Amino acid sequence: MAKGDSIIRLEHMGKTFQTDSGPVVALDDINLDIKEGSIHGIIGLSGAGKSTLVRCINYLEVPTSGQVFFEGKALGEMSDAEIRLMRRKMGMIFQQFNLLDQRNLLDNVTFPLEIAKVDKKKARARAHELLQLVGLSDREKNYPAQLSGGQKQRVAIARALATNPKVLLCDEATSALDPKTTTQILELLKKINQEMDVTVIVITHQMSVIEAICDEVAIIDHSHIAEIGPVSEIFQRPKTEIGRRLILGDNADEEIRFEEGKNKKLRIVFDGHTAHEPVISNLVLSCKVPINIIFANTKAVENKVVGQMIIELPDVPEDEEKILHYLRVQNIKFSEVE
Amino acid sequence: MDISMYLEETWATIYMTLISSAISYLIGIPLGVILVVTDKDGIAPCKPVHTVLGVFINIFRSIPFLILLVMVLPITKFLVGTTLGPKAIIPPLIFASAPYIGRMVESSLKEVSAGVIEAAKSMGATNGQIIWKVLLPEARPSLLVGAAICITTILSYSAMAGFVGGGGLGAIALNYGYYRYQTDIMMIAVVLLVVLVQIIQEFWMTLARKTDKRAR
Repeated sequence: MAKGDSIIRLEHMGKTFQTDSGPVVALDDINLDIKEGSIHGIIGLSGAGKSTLVRCINYLEVPTSGQVFFEGKALGEMSDAEIRLMRRKMGMIFQQFNLLDQRNLLDNVTFPLEIAKVDKKKARARAHELLQLVGLSDREKNYPAQLSGGQKQRVAIARALATNPKVLLCDEATSALDPKTTTQILELLKKINQEMDVTVIVITHQMSVIEAICDEVAIIDHSHIAEIGPVSEIFQRPKTEIGRRLILGDNADEEIRFEEGKNKKLRIVFDGHTAHEPVISNLVLSCKVPINIIFANTKAVENKVVGQMIIELPDVPEDEEKILHYLRVQNIKFSEVE
Repeated sequence: MDISMYLEETWATIYMTLISSAISYLIGIPLGVILVVTDKDGIAPCKPVHTVLGVFINIFRSIPFLILLVMVLPITKFLVGTTLGPKAIIPPLIFASAPYIGRMVESSLKEVSAGVIEAAKSMGATNGQIIWKVLLPEARPSLLVGAAICITTILSYSAMAGFVGGGGLGAIALNYGYYRYQTDIMMIAVVLLVVLVQIIQEFWMTLARKTDKRAR
């Protein structure tokens, strides 16, 4: 299978839970195509169904309709034993790390190999290698209780990679970590994706995580996929309300209130490429037109600045034209705000 | 009445307690595992098994030990060939404590986080592997604390062996203290029982603490 081919495909997949108070639809008609070698994000607010979605991918939850395909094979047609073998090809990490507290780090990493009945010596050699990869080779004999959250997640990543999986499922893997540790873990995931050719699926409620590492993103809202596409596209032009809310954060509603003046307003998007130059200062200096910044929300992710700014143009047609011309010539992404 | 009597009866108490505890655990651990595994959020939910086993355990747990002791006399006779002496107290002790231990094991295993079990599943573990490699080892500290409670309870039950001529420290307390009003002898027997309970309690609690890797 070549890079770029579909490795996981969900077709009309749905999941309904039977509860005491009647059926609850967690997912409905989910269609998703995850390409081999990509980092695919799945974002949604809590309760949107994204955790159920990731569990359907490795059949920890069995979908109640539709199909899940892994490497072209339908999981629904596999026996229990085949499902267990399939799971060895899909590592998974969790928000709460889920390490075995009574085992030291080395034995935590050899655990999946023990389950796969791999020879003990080989398992230990593999564990040494992986703990080195995640930068914890000097802590092999430590127990999880002696580690920080970020270190625990590193061990969990090493453990998830022990059986040489093709896919790594990350369920809110950075949600219990501070921003600095989050960045380090995301960098590690990116490294694993690039160097070990592991397809990574990231479940999160934080847009910053998606911005930092994902190629593609699916936005889940109320059990459905609201939007799906390349991160840069979705980030620039969220089509749905939930997309706007996730991208702009809680400021999304505030912003609407600015939009009452009759002057033309532009949304300038910083996607990490334009951030090194002083875009706004250059604009003002070269056009010699004053502009009004009415909203800005930018942040640094992996040394790049991402975010957006809304500027108000002067009520003079020529000046307006000058600015639009400048932005086009400079190849700065912008869109008009209604 | 001399030292050798105390030694002999202390030994009889230890003998009854240890043998009963060992056999009760051999039965109680599988009971507890089955209860947890077949529970509705367990790894192999099975309501009929869970319900029937639960009711069965509750029946045994609700019979007062002294009554149970008399009720199982025919079974005791069949199993150990006698209804007298320390041996005869072992079957009723097992009938009383195995279901109790089953509940203790159940509550210990339930402390293992669902996330850790899910992680093992995500690696392709079978249910057997989850029981042996996750549930039991991860619950170890709690199981050891439970053992301290269960074994001291079995010890106190064994003191009732006196009623079936079973010997042990309980028999001394009963025979000398209750039937003959020799309070001093009864007190010595009681003190020895207290010392035994302390030793058992401390031993298992220390073991639980020393082997718990969650402590820094």
